[in-house]
This record gives sequence, C-alpha cells and structure tokens, in this order.
Amino acid sequence: MAQIRIENLRKDFGAFNAVKSSTFTIEDGEFFMLLGPSGCGKTTTLRMMAGLELPTSGLIYIDGEEVGQKPASQRDIAFVFQMFALYPHLNVGKNIAYPLISQGMPRREVKQKVGEIAEILGITDILNRPVGGLSGGDRQRVALGRAIVRDPKAFFMDEPLGALDAEFREHMAEELRALHDRMNATTVYVTHDQLEAMQMGDKIVVMNHGVVEQFGVPQDIYDWPATKFVAEFIGSPPMNFLDFHGMVGTGETRVSLGDAALDIPAQREGRSGELTFGVKPEHIRLADNATYRGRIAATEYLGTTQIVTVETAHGSLKARVAASQRVTVGDHTGLHFDARTITIFDATTGRALRSEANEGVLTHG
Amino acid sequence: MSFSVTEPNPATKWLAGLLVVGYAVITLIPLLWIIATGFKSPTDSIAYPPVVLFEPTLEGYVNLFTDRTRATEQMLAEAGPPQTWYDEIARARGTVISGPSRYGERFLNSVIIGFGSTALCMILGTAAAYAFSRFRVPLKDDLLFFILSTRMMPPIAVAIPIFLMFRNLGLNDTHIGMILLYTAVNLSLSVWLLKGFIDEIPVEYEEAALIDGYTRFQAFYKVVLPQAATGIASTAIFCLIFAWNEYAFAVLLTSGTAQTAPPFIPNIIGVNGKDWPAVAAGATIFLVPVMVFTVLLRKHLLRGITFGAVRK
Repeated sequence: MAQIRIENLRKDFGAFNAVKSSTFTIEDGEFFMLLGPSGCGKTTTLRMMAGLELPTSGLIYIDGEEVGQKPASQRDIAFVFQMFALYPHLNVGKNIAYPLISQGMPRREVKQKVGEIAEILGITDILNRPVGGLSGGDRQRVALGRAIVRDPKAFFMDEPLGALDAEFREHMAEELRALHDRMNATTVYVTHDQLEAMQMGDKIVVMNHGVVEQFGVPQDIYDWPATKFVAEFIGSPPMNFLDFHGMVGTGETRVSLGDAALDIPAQREGRSGELTFGVKPEHIRLADNATYRGRIAATEYLGTTQIVTVETAHGSLKARVAASQRVTVGDHTGLHFDARTITIFDATTGRALRSEANEGVLTHG
Repeated sequence: MSFSVTEPNPATKWLAGLLVVGYAVITLIPLLWIIATGFKSPTDSIAYPPVVLFEPTLEGYVNLFTDRTRATEQMLAEAGPPQTWYDEIARARGTVISGPSRYGERFLNSVIIGFGSTALCMILGTAAAYAFSRFRVPLKDDLLFFILSTRMMPPIAVAIPIFLMFRNLGLNDTHIGMILLYTAVNLSLSVWLLKGFIDEIPVEYEEAALIDGYTRFQAFYKVVLPQAATGIASTAIFCLIFAWNEYAFAVLLTSGTAQTAPPFIPNIIGVNGKDWPAVAAGATIFLVPVMVFTVLLRKHLLRGITFGAVRK
C-alpha cells in the first residue's frame, strides 16, 4: 500500500488541454474521490496515475517512486473499469487468476489465492461460469476480485458503479467501502455522483475543466466550497446564490442586499464589485419577522422535509424546511439565513472570499 | 439492435423457405452438373440432349491424374494383363498409363500459394488493422483511403507493369512471387474488414491486461486475438477464396513450376480434343479445400458476415 502524490500534472490531447497542472497528495490507505462533471479531466487524471495515458508534463509518485513515464504493467496497481472489462473468453476463475498468471505464480498457489478472494467476495459458486451470463453485481465482484487478488499498491476505479441499477448501486457502494476498510488499501475512485463521493470518500478532489477546484474532506467541501462551481456541484439542491453589487470590507460581519442587512461570518478578505451571497437550502428559515423578503413560487414535498422555492429581488432560492411547516404558494415571506454558514463569493472569479468560518478549510486545500 | 414485433405466420415461413430452396437449387445446378460430369464417360459428357441418368465411371478421374499413350494391339499384348483398376480403365480405351499427370503438382501449388498468401495477409492485415484501430497513426485517414484505393480498379488492370516487375525481380513463375501478389491484392480488404472487427473490441480489455502486468504485445496476443477470431476467420475465407480462384494473374505469371490449378484445368487435353470428364473431375477436386475450410470456419463466418448487426 502506498501514498500517491501528483505534482503539476498536465495532459494535452492535441490542442485540447484535458488536465491543467494538478497537484495533490493521496495518503496511504485513503479512499480518495475524484469528483467532477463529465469532461472535467478526472478520468484522464486517473488514467495517468494508472499508466494508461502518459502525462504531457508533471510528476506522479507512487510509494515514493516517480512513475510518470512507466507503463501500466510496471506500476503494480489495479484498475476497475466502468464496463468491468472482464475477459469475455475466460471464465470467472480465470479472469481473477489472470494478473497472477502474468507474474508466473505456480498454478497451485494461483488456485488457492483465487479461492480466498472468491470467498471474500462471496462468488465461490460461480468460479467456473463464463462471464457472459453474469448479473451486473457479480461482474462487479469479479472485476474487484481481479483487482484485489494481487495485493497491488493502489486501486484505481473509474465509475465502477456507473453501470449498475440505482437500487443495486447503494448496496455495492457499501460493499466497496467495507472491502476497502478490510484491505486498508489506497483507493482512487472517479465519479460524477456527488452523493457517492460524499458517502464513500475519505477525501475528495473536485475538478472542473481540467483544474482542481477544491481538495479536502467531504464535510469541508460540502460546508465551505472554495468556488461557486463547487458550491453548485455539491448538494441537492445545491447552495443558493444571491447576486448583488456592493462591497465587503475586511473584518466586516454584515452585507447589504438591497434594504436588508444580513449577518455573515467575519470576513478576512474584502472585495467590492459584483459579489454573490451563498447560502445552503437547509440554512434558510421562513420567518415572518425577517427583513429580507421574497414570494413563495413553488414547493416540493419530500416526506420529512419540503423544498420551497422563493423569488427574491436578487434571484430565486430554494429552502429546505420541515414538511410540517405550512407554506402557501403566492404568499410573501421573510427569510432568515444562518449567519455562521454564509459564504461570500467574488462573482467575477467565482472564488470564495476568506472569512473566519472557512479560512481553515481554504488555506490547506 | 432489432426487435421483431410479430412472429411471421406459417404461410409466410413456407413461402420464404420455398424461395430459398428454389434459389439454392438454381445456383447449385452448375455445381451438380460439374460433379456429375466428372463421373460420366466422354460420350455421355457431350451427349445431346444431356443425360441425367448415366452409368458412373472413374475414367475422368483416372485421366485427370495420369498421362496415357495410345497403344497398339501388340504393345498391349506385351504389357500383359492390367495390374490395377485404373490400368484397366485406361486399357479399355486402348491406352496405357505412362505416368502421373501434373495435376497433383498444380493442386499442391494452389494449396501453397492460396494458403500461404492467406496466412501472410492475415498476419499483416491484423497487425495493420490493430495499429489503425488503436494508435494515433499520422495521416491515418489518408493512409486508410490509400489502402482502399488499391481496390478501386480491377487488379488485372495493372497486369502489364506487374508482369515487367516480376520479370525484372525474377519472381516470374515462383511461389513466393504469387504469394506476394495475392497478399498485396487482398491486403486492402483484410485491413478494412479487420479494422472494423477490432474497433468493436472495447479497448478496456487490453488496458485491463496492461494493468494486470502484461506487455502491449501480450495484451494483443492473449486478449485481442481471441476476441478477433471471428473477424480473422471470415476475412481469411474471403482472402482464400480470391487467391484460390484467381485465374488471370496465374495464366500470365505462371507456366511451369508455380502454376496453380485454375490455369491448368482447362488445358487438360484428352485423346479426342477436350476431355470433359477429366476437366470436371479437376474442377470438383479443386472445390474441396475451400469447401472444407469454409465448413470448418462456418460458425465464425456466419457471425462475421453479419458483424455490426449483432454485436453490442
């Protein structure tokens, strides 16, 4: 098992720049998520770590050794593909045994090892079956078996749950996480599903347009997005943005949106011009005595909570409130924002301004 | 992917079956005719109206494989009684067998040149198709078009330059010359067909093999080749059929040592002009290898010919 570090990693495909100078470190034994929309460079980054693409420039360290230009076969890593890529001409047992055969392991040992792995994954009864007729979950297990059979330095997974039914995905996600905890292996996992990333990851890198937007533990990324992109990508519904023209000074604890003065965490960074006031749906209360007001445009009932859409002078926002609260579409309501959770963004660059609350998160990321 | 909405009704099925059988019979008549003629006597073979029921004889086959000389009564008497069944057939026509004919050699030449060029074509074609399918080849589209363009005219159109080239290179009437020629002609077909098949094989299989510790070549050999077997088999059949049946170049470029069966068969001269049963026997035997090859690979062939329609 190993620490993985990438430094200034860059990949160009002709004129297209897929990954721009990424740098981050994945600690030994971490379950690490590469999160982002499609085309953001997360898969390319993973494939470069695995040796399936060679970086245009930059360094990749696995276990202290620089492997950037080494072929995949020499990196001692395992890869789980989205489509599983089980060898169709081999049966389940042989698929799992394939990496061992390449190492020239004696047949008896191979058999024993495959048996152990099958036991762990609960697929002993299908070892002699061809892979063609297997269910999605079993294919997934065989692909995992092929990955873990060799005790590689790291596991790389490219949206391994993407091909499964939604229902089954949940279950496999738990299984994967349990397997990781049992093996305690460094795992790098690519996904575009923020829930999956939150649910399984020890750490998350959020990428967009080939750039690392934010790096950190799921809780920090959720609470304190470093950019508007991250804020919009994470959470369902995501953070609300109220755009306004104005200024915040260093040390300021209030901003003015129209007539209303709203409390915010003490700013460590000032800015004037186009700004965005960011607030999560669950940090909004509908309170009649509040000064900031809007008109209720719609409501979605979700069982324990409901999502209320409110039109305000600075754009519409969604609030998550208790389902028991009575809400009438068309009514005007006051909105109370939890001051400790507010992030102010520079609307032109999309960057979050540092405040007392998010400072710790943004500086180490 | 296609979905059949309703099961065709029995009458439609019958009609379809009849049409297929009818078509098969029509296309098979010449073939049956040739096979039958091989077992006819020379008289039956040119009888008009043609005879359908006749007394079968192996005379055609004996004549195909032997050279015979006309013998006088005296010679026949001196030679003593016929030693074998084929001697007997020759004697009945007043001839004695003077030795084996050249058909065996020509047939062997066909086998060497046909299978040799097919094998070479498959090796080169698979390698080129793999490269075109997987790597960033500079000018890929232009190269592929260029390869295809070699088939835009009938190959025989370049017969004269090839003839001169072969003469200067000393390839005239050699096995290697014919193998190279047929490979060159077939290569465009095989590169294009095989590229289609290899494109259909997800690249993840090879990547998985690379990760599993195999080299690029091992991944190609152990993962891609078994997947491409269907495509290779059906392409090989097309190449073999072309090389096996090729007549024009064979007439032009071979005469003695490397002559294949197609130019030889029509030259089988009988005692009285063309010996049609012997010609028919030669053609019948000539059909066998391609038929065997096709039957052996038919499982792949069916899947291969309909490729694109069934996979994915």
